[in-house]
Amino acid sequence: MKYNLVCGLEIHTELKTQSKMFCGCKNDPFGAKEPNIYTCPVCLGMPGALPVANRKAIEWTVKLGLFLDCQINLKSKFDRKNYFYPDLPKGYQISQYDLPFCFDGKVETDLGVVRINRIHLEEDTAKLLHQIVEGKKVTLIDFNRSSVPLVEIVTEPDIKTSEQAVVYAKKIREAVRLLGIGEADMQKGAMRLEANISLQTSEQAKRGELPNYKVEVKNINSFNFMKQAIEYEMKRQAALLDQGIVIKQETRGWNSEKGETFLQRSKENAADYRYFPDPDLPMIVLSQAQIDEWKAELPLSSEQEVKRWEKQYQIPVKYGQALIGKKEEIAWANELWQAAAQQNLSVAKLANYLVNKKINYSLNDKVVEVIKKFNQLTQVDEINQGDLKAIIKKTIDQFPTEVKRYQAGEKQLLGFFMGQIIKSAGKKLDAAQVNKILREELG
Amino acid sequence: MKLNQLTLTQAMAGVKKKKFSGKEIFEACLAEIEVKNKDLNAYLTINSEKSYKSHNKPFYGLPLAIKDNYCINEVETTASSAVLTGFKPPYDATVIAKLRQSGFSFLGKTNMDAWAHGSSTETSDFGPTRNPRNLAHAPGGSSGGSAAAVAADLCVAALGSETGGSIRQPAAWCGCVGFRPSYGRASRYGVAAMASSTDTPGFLTKTVADVALITPCICGLDPLDATSSPEVFPNLINQMKKDLKGKKIGFLYLDIKGMEKTRAYYERVWQDLEKLGAKVEKVKARDPREAIGVYTVVQRSEVSSNLGRYDGIRYGQGREKFGAEAKRRIMLGTFLLSQGYADKYYWQAQKVRTLFMQDFERLFTQYDALVSPVSPTLAKKLGCSEESAMFGELEDIFVEPSAICGLPSASVPCYHDKKSNLYLGLNIMAPMHQEEIVMQVASAYEAGTNWNHWAVVERGDHEI
Repeated sequence: MKYNLVCGLEIHTELKTQSKMFCGCKNDPFGAKEPNIYTCPVCLGMPGALPVANRKAIEWTVKLGLFLDCQINLKSKFDRKNYFYPDLPKGYQISQYDLPFCFDGKVETDLGVVRINRIHLEEDTAKLLHQIVEGKKVTLIDFNRSSVPLVEIVTEPDIKTSEQAVVYAKKIREAVRLLGIGEADMQKGAMRLEANISLQTSEQAKRGELPNYKVEVKNINSFNFMKQAIEYEMKRQAALLDQGIVIKQETRGWNSEKGETFLQRSKENAADYRYFPDPDLPMIVLSQAQIDEWKAELPLSSEQEVKRWEKQYQIPVKYGQALIGKKEEIAWANELWQAAAQQNLSVAKLANYLVNKKINYSLNDKVVEVIKKFNQLTQVDEINQGDLKAIIKKTIDQFPTEVKRYQAGEKQLLGFFMGQIIKSAGKKLDAAQVNKILREELG
Repeated sequence: MKLNQLTLTQAMAGVKKKKFSGKEIFEACLAEIEVKNKDLNAYLTINSEKSYKSHNKPFYGLPLAIKDNYCINEVETTASSAVLTGFKPPYDATVIAKLRQSGFSFLGKTNMDAWAHGSSTETSDFGPTRNPRNLAHAPGGSSGGSAAAVAADLCVAALGSETGGSIRQPAAWCGCVGFRPSYGRASRYGVAAMASSTDTPGFLTKTVADVALITPCICGLDPLDATSSPEVFPNLINQMKKDLKGKKIGFLYLDIKGMEKTRAYYERVWQDLEKLGAKVEKVKARDPREAIGVYTVVQRSEVSSNLGRYDGIRYGQGREKFGAEAKRRIMLGTFLLSQGYADKYYWQAQKVRTLFMQDFERLFTQYDALVSPVSPTLAKKLGCSEESAMFGELEDIFVEPSAICGLPSASVPCYHDKKSNLYLGLNIMAPMHQEEIVMQVASAYEAGTNWNHWAVVERGDHEI
């Protein structure tokens, strides 16, 4: 291709604080059994209702920023972004304009560094449900999601390929989960992607110039769709540039069924949000000491944690990578490793059993229970060589047909014999030992 | 004397001595409302007698009038706008909850300029309120219904709210006392927002002593209002009837154009303050006309955003119900915040606002308190606001500088025009969070003069 992709991402992700961003309502839009049960005058935008900022959400936003190598604004504020939409009860969204909590960060990916321009905190909107009620087309509003804390992470236009966009976005999801500040579930809409896509001509590249337009593709809800959308836009824009057409600044949507982007809004009718500082919320002043404290509480990155597991417990990296995930999962695994190591059990083997599903587990299981299961699987009863041989011989004698088939080359029958032997022994046997004798006997 | 004519101080004393009950006062007020409200239109909503609840201490169910921009659970709250006709909020404003806890009852909701946009109560969608001192005149506004209810003895005291001068100016025009504590002292939670950075709950009362009794009930940190102040509220009752010996008072705005007709009366106030022991000097402050500019820009900008929620989707009526004044303010505010203009207007106004704060800080290094006229004129005739779209701002020229700075201030009667039966008010201002200084000057002035007829009766002094 004679054009270079110039792409930046805006990722929105909900925080899983106990209460909403600006009121005391429960923050659980996906767990709510009915619409509009987690609402109050504040998140319904009633006359006179006022917002009060959620401290935890601010702490988590700053921690995400620190984790992504950002600078932190010691003085920050919330601004009003004014626009009308039925899902926005106040007629404005409380967001951050010129003083976001975090700025100038970076994410290292195998495909190159992606610089972060800013991370800010805002509130989510209500959810519109388009339905037919009593034969009429109606739009219903569910305010359970109204004012749920929402973080927006904006990159510089550093992304050069659709693959890099995916790798970067996955890193952000991983960070949110490692920090334990959100589920970042894209299917539910807890994490949403927007890509700003433009193409740079070779002349512009030579002069070190960026393209003079960008096309924003909004509300993408999977990594795969984002990849497709970027690739679609690259083709579409290249074709336009080839014809000498000047591409206009515009916002497009993604139609996943057709695999196409479609025009939503052009720059000419772009909204003027009339940002101004929210007079209901005083400026937020953070101390360097507070930031240092939060920095000290940050978890290791997943690579670092996997390396630590390898070094400390000899857990192979591929097993570590398979087991690493959310903050809760890491905490649970570390507790398990520690308990196993104390009992001089092989942590690496335990990890193997978990990855290969020899032990079924969930995070609700107590680690002692998991260790018990592991012990049951690995411990063997005492049995002398002669007795074991006799059991094996006796068992294979019962299955002459299978023996013949095995000898004719159906080596997978070994598992069948193993099972039969263990069954008839009625004891825990050392699988490796049985395997060895069985092979000798079967010839 | 009828029970509805009692000051809060008298009512408290009488109920304590079991001379009469809170319920009897409540009923006396209802009876008076029945007689007078038709002419005055001070109340929009009147609670039936049934709604009286026999409250106990400390205020025995004494009856208050509540400005219609305060949410009361299940009571129609419209801020005098047809947009909110029929809206019954599902919650109490913090201030209302606090007044309930203090044992007050509510007689009803009072008329105001729609959304508090105005200084005459004429922009109400439910008709203007008349000035009880002279029915041909406006009561001022936006808390005009509350001021009229107090002046006509249709309540013991009334809750109002001030953004630019909406307590002090109607108090002056109706000849009662108005007091706004510092911005952030009383929670704004549950008060339909006008200009959030300036909105301040406060009271219209019969005497300064009544202010001292009732204001602490609504003040204090509110976890539901992030702008409410955590600072301890001063004891106001201790400030009553002290003299002004050794106090330095600066007199502002006497030489401003438009003061020709009333200047002489304020010069007499000056003399009275000096008789009470104060050292009074004429001082030059920042031109108050600049404050009108600041106030207009900031307030319109905030209004345009605050009224965005009345989109007709969830409650109330459609947007077509907005009156002309609200539409004007929304349009101007929308323009002022627009890209390319926000720097020129909104941010410039905020800078000048800071200059006003600095100017007051400077003045308060030289003076304990500042005083000025509240309004350049006596109450104007009904229909006065039709003359100009900037009516409110021009009327509030002397109170807007302190309002944009959030300073505690009061208006007390300081002249009575026998011919028209109308009053002038004295604006008393103190540094941020020093309400006790306002009280000190206000109570000494009230005690040392005979302009407040309730105070005169209360001290058993001669009639006016």
